[in-house]
Amino acid sequence: MSSFLASTVSIAFHGIAFAMVLYLISVGLSVTMGLMGFVNLAHGVFAAVGGYLMTTLMNRSGVPFPLALVLAVSATAAGSVVLERLLYRRFYGGNELDQVLLTMGIVFMSVAAAKFVWGPLAQPMNPPAMLSGQIDLGFRQFPLYRSFLIVCGAVVVTTLWLMLERTRFGTQIRASVDNLRMAESVGIDTSGLFTRAFALGSGLAALGGALGADVLAVNPMYALENLVYFLIVVAVGGLGSIRGPFVAALVVGITDTAFKYIWPELGAFFIYALTMALLLWRPRGLFGQTA
Amino acid sequence: MSPAALETRGLSKNFGALRVAGDIDFRLEKGARHALIGPNGAGKTSFVNLVTGVLTADRGSVLLEGADITHLKQAGRVKHGLVRTFQINALFNRLTVLENVTLAISERTGSAGNLFFPAGRRREVIDEAYVLLETLGLAEDAVRPVKELAYGRQRLTEIAIALGLAPRVLLLDEPAAGIPSGESGIIIEVIERLPADMAVLLIEHDMDLVFRLARRITVLVQGQVLVEGTPDAIAADPRVREVYLGERGGHA
Amino acid sequence: MKGPSAPTDLKQRTLDAFAGRHRLSPLEALPWLVAVAAFFVFPSYLALGSQVLATILFALSVDLVLGYAGIVTLGHAAFFGVGAYTAGILAARGWGEPISGLIAAAAVAGLVGLASGALILRTSGLTLLMQTLIVATMLLELANKAGTLTGGADGLQGMDVWPLLGLFRFDMFGRTAYLYCLVVLFAGWWCARRLVYSPFGRSLTGIRENEARMHAIGAPVARRRLVVYVISAALAGVSGALIAQTTQFVALGVLALERSGSVLIMLIIGGVGHLYGAFIGVPLYMIAQDRFSQIDPVYWYFWIGLFMVLVVVFAPGGVLGLCERLVRRWRAR
Repeated sequence: MSSFLASTVSIAFHGIAFAMVLYLISVGLSVTMGLMGFVNLAHGVFAAVGGYLMTTLMNRSGVPFPLALVLAVSATAAGSVVLERLLYRRFYGGNELDQVLLTMGIVFMSVAAAKFVWGPLAQPMNPPAMLSGQIDLGFRQFPLYRSFLIVCGAVVVTTLWLMLERTRFGTQIRASVDNLRMAESVGIDTSGLFTRAFALGSGLAALGGALGADVLAVNPMYALENLVYFLIVVAVGGLGSIRGPFVAALVVGITDTAFKYIWPELGAFFIYALTMALLLWRPRGLFGQTA
Repeated sequence: MSPAALETRGLSKNFGALRVAGDIDFRLEKGARHALIGPNGAGKTSFVNLVTGVLTADRGSVLLEGADITHLKQAGRVKHGLVRTFQINALFNRLTVLENVTLAISERTGSAGNLFFPAGRRREVIDEAYVLLETLGLAEDAVRPVKELAYGRQRLTEIAIALGLAPRVLLLDEPAAGIPSGESGIIIEVIERLPADMAVLLIEHDMDLVFRLARRITVLVQGQVLVEGTPDAIAADPRVREVYLGERGGHA
Repeated sequence: MKGPSAPTDLKQRTLDAFAGRHRLSPLEALPWLVAVAAFFVFPSYLALGSQVLATILFALSVDLVLGYAGIVTLGHAAFFGVGAYTAGILAARGWGEPISGLIAAAAVAGLVGLASGALILRTSGLTLLMQTLIVATMLLELANKAGTLTGGADGLQGMDVWPLLGLFRFDMFGRTAYLYCLVVLFAGWWCARRLVYSPFGRSLTGIRENEARMHAIGAPVARRRLVVYVISAALAGVSGALIAQTTQFVALGVLALERSGSVLIMLIIGGVGHLYGAFIGVPLYMIAQDRFSQIDPVYWYFWIGLFMVLVVVFAPGGVLGLCERLVRRWRAR
């Protein structure tokens, strides 16, 4: 196989793996922003917490991979519910600036807390033996773990889509995103819905942070340094959408990886220029709800 | 025939399969007191949005005193004297009543773009605003933030802003909406006292208001004009009764 | 409330008060008195003082677009940084005259504001926020790559700023720098205040409160927003140039997200849309940050984060918002 094609496949592969991690983390943000109108800049904190819990359980307590994953995700989701009920819900539908200040404050506190508890270095992620090593697809070998990430991403987006289309929960979400007042007046418990959607989004973020711990390094500045990427995925994908962030994550993931290989001097410039162009073309995002 | 104050020709708009306006021909004469009625979802507010430029028509034209304004944006139409009020209050909530009205008058007189001199120096704008508030009975609330006012007085402020623009054509979108019928008296008074040369189109659900104020009525159903005529003719028209009361057929 | 005086007397007083809102109140002399006093009372902190004054101007420029026009931006560092680099590059390339450096910075930053504003101001919400962020980040990447011009990641070296008005050398105690920043801030504040009380400024509050209604009263909304955006960009550029000239150094951080974010935080803490929020929030934040960075940067993140959360929960509208509420409650007694 020609080297060019091999490089292309390799870029696509790693780009898609990166995209899956971005997607898992960002889809929750898209839903909560579209559903509650709440600008949660601290969303990355859930991913970071997921990553930290996962790596700590595995590295320091020797908990096996699947169990650590379940624990990390559920603990984060539970914690997020507490945060939502106690603090966030007071600011739904309110002043955007307040939400920005509040959530940035939480990010800052999380940065300090993480540094205090775990130190400034990135937490190492050692995938279990079953998922380590390479997978041989005949023409080339790929890291098995990255393949696992891609599969996870595909499974999650399919499950989410099914949930959105086929379950009552999903229908309620779609109705509320479309027209909140109408949804309330037909008897949907929007308050409970918000909490459950929020828990789901945070859980997914934790999943992304935990699984993706070797793609996005788990360090104290995690929520800050990756914030722009998450926001780009959500803005380009369109708020309140499940497909939107998926496509946007693919675009960002693959383009970013491609440029890092092909044209590293350009750095992230191209991603930003591309995002700007996409937002100029489609201000509501690729799959954004119209008005 | 002299040009109407406001006229639409073949005005049409679709949202996908939903037809909000189907080939509407409409005339509002100078000095008219004209009401637009119809069941919910008939497209009355959409019509106002199309006429004022909030929505862009798919087909058809809008003429203001004979001049084609179809391609003007909303602000441009206002500058030509076409003014509307909103069914749900669209006020500058944290600003005072006086400020709300001075903003409008300032735009009309052209001083609003001035960056260099204090707004307070434009005393004539402030005085005019205050006089307008006095005629509407809002003067005692002049320096209170609009959001603190009772709903009925907010509705009055809504009209005050529109009047500050010295409209030649005034579109009132359900001015009494949300006001208990006992308190809508002042609104009715205000509308009755509007200058005779101002063309007024009233969109309303409240039939008492309509029959009291209107000299001509157009009935809109599913984006199309069903019938137009004098209040007596409309009241007697069986098609209108059917639309409102569903006499024929088994509607719930 | 109506006394025995004739109704027209009340009317006159109401109208006079409304028309006289732009008049200076004695309270407004306070920040300047404090700033001048600080010059004498804290002679060893003048370097920090200059930074604070320049950043107040930056925050003031953000207040114009955010507090008055309602444009939420996370990318105002773009104009700050462009201004800084303009003044810096001029000084490093042989033209170190400070005041013309400021003017050049204002012009270039204003142009960048015009170009980016024309492109992105038609959007709103998250999209606008992202676009402002992206403009700043792209400029950062450009500055990083254009090493020969900007010094890249190492920063711009070799700035030589000439004495102010040919007379006042920028001394190492920072005295000239402090007074320079104070005068420029005063000029910037005067312009901003004038703008805010003008009919244009009043219409901006209308745009912020209800943009749809502004269209419905015939206001050219897009044009007004662009104009205030450009003016704000120019002021931000001036503030960046001040920092560059008084520290004689420019690093990539002038364009960073952290710069945009922190000025936003400072302004929100002080209170948005009151014109004086900058004068309260900036010193509070920067002095606290200065103290904390001596101890341990980690603690700074924690305490500022906690403070931000507390401000939002207990004092939304910042310090000035809180003051406003207290005054109203006291008056209502």
